[in-house]
Amino acid sequence: MNKGISYTKAFSTLLKRDLQIAVRHRGDIFNPLLFFVLVVTLFPLGIGPEPQVLTRVAPGIIWVAALLASMLSLERLFKADYADGSLEQMLLSPQPLPLMVLAKVLAHWLLTGVPLILVAPLLAVLLHLEGNSYGALIATLALGTPVLSLLGAIGVALTVGLRKGGVLLSLLILPLYIPVLIFATSAIDAAGMNLPYDGQLAIIGAMLIGSLTLAPFAIGASLRVSTN
Amino acid sequence: MWKWLHSYADPERAYKLSGTLLPWFAMLAISMIGIGTVWGLVFAPTDYQQGDSYRIIFIHVPAASMSMAAYMAMATSSFIGLVWQIKSADWAAAAIAPIGAVVTFIALVTGATWGKPMWGTWWVWDARLTSELVLLFLYLGVISLYASFEDKVLAARAAGILAIVGVINIPIIKYSVDWWSSLHQPSTIKITEESSMPTEMLYPLLINIMGFGVMIGAITLVRFRSEILARNGMRPWVRELAKAEGVK
Repeated sequence: MNKGISYTKAFSTLLKRDLQIAVRHRGDIFNPLLFFVLVVTLFPLGIGPEPQVLTRVAPGIIWVAALLASMLSLERLFKADYADGSLEQMLLSPQPLPLMVLAKVLAHWLLTGVPLILVAPLLAVLLHLEGNSYGALIATLALGTPVLSLLGAIGVALTVGLRKGGVLLSLLILPLYIPVLIFATSAIDAAGMNLPYDGQLAIIGAMLIGSLTLAPFAIGASLRVSTN
Repeated sequence: MWKWLHSYADPERAYKLSGTLLPWFAMLAISMIGIGTVWGLVFAPTDYQQGDSYRIIFIHVPAASMSMAAYMAMATSSFIGLVWQIKSADWAAAAIAPIGAVVTFIALVTGATWGKPMWGTWWVWDARLTSELVLLFLYLGVISLYASFEDKVLAARAAGILAIVGVINIPIIKYSVDWWSSLHQPSTIKITEESSMPTEMLYPLLINIMGFGVMIGAITLVRFRSEILARNGMRPWVRELAKAEGVK
């Protein structure tokens, strides 16, 4: 049976399309990043500028801000495609839906996760993070933000058809984010005390592999429910 | 082999069956929780370390273990509803969710009241307590997702997917006391080995655990029946039932 174009071609086409759309609306890339920076800025103003206090809470602040930024940016993952009907075309295409979904999530991560990883060390300097935690910060963000995108996409796919999905989305996906947050911050804390943190990194890596293999199917099933 | 089971996917038969089962579940629940609680609170011996305040275990442990069991029941029903498209299973999942949330809340509150005299604090952020709190959030997420769809067939599917994704949390709760060093004590009831608990304390606890299970079953049946009626309001058998009850 002729299936039209190959899986690789379909994947790269969708990835390129999503990246191009985002590049043409640059606000989509910069707004979540700006939000991330602003939330982190609020904390020193809120809890006081003492370096010892900030050093202690820096990993938590950066990670919580990353969670919120990822959640906010996720909201638009399927919204425009749902509104203009291209999502339904994607569901009808002969290529497997999990593959298409994976391409969209990857594009989203490249646009929001990667800039976040690049900005994080700068914010860590502002928050007086321990000198030897920087490696752990980058490593946990690099392994953890794709997990956030994958898990979050499940919640977005479930709520895309609803008119007021925003608050509900946070209720659905923040509980799923908690394990990532716990292991990421404990890895950064361990690194700050010169303890080994490869155990926590291994667990986040396991979460990444688990969600990379299973989440696309859950996202696909959720999209089929939402578009009915 | 499973043919006899399929006939109960029909809403009318499911409604009748749950009506027949309900009094039995209710009776068992009342008598078991009654016996277990009185035995536990009055007759069970005092603990040599914790004194009388350990007695909250007879509420706390049944609520906590049944909060996980109820979640598994909800996720299993959702799975059946999603895979085999059996609507009764979807309604059962929708019926269990609020009950599970309340039981989880009871487990958290009794745990906090037990923690205050024993650990000197209402709450600690350790693995067992946090994962149980996440369970409560998962229940609330499932409930509000189910409530936010107008079309209840879609609502059940969406909530079902979320429930199945959340199952990952159940083994984390169960083994959190073994995997992390936790303030929460490790489990005292063991299935394969001898329990680290004298039998005079163990029996009322086991009776109460089963009693809580049956009680959740009974309340689920009540909610399941009303869910069936609400979803099938236009069917002739529901109308006849309503007429027989004297509703116009």
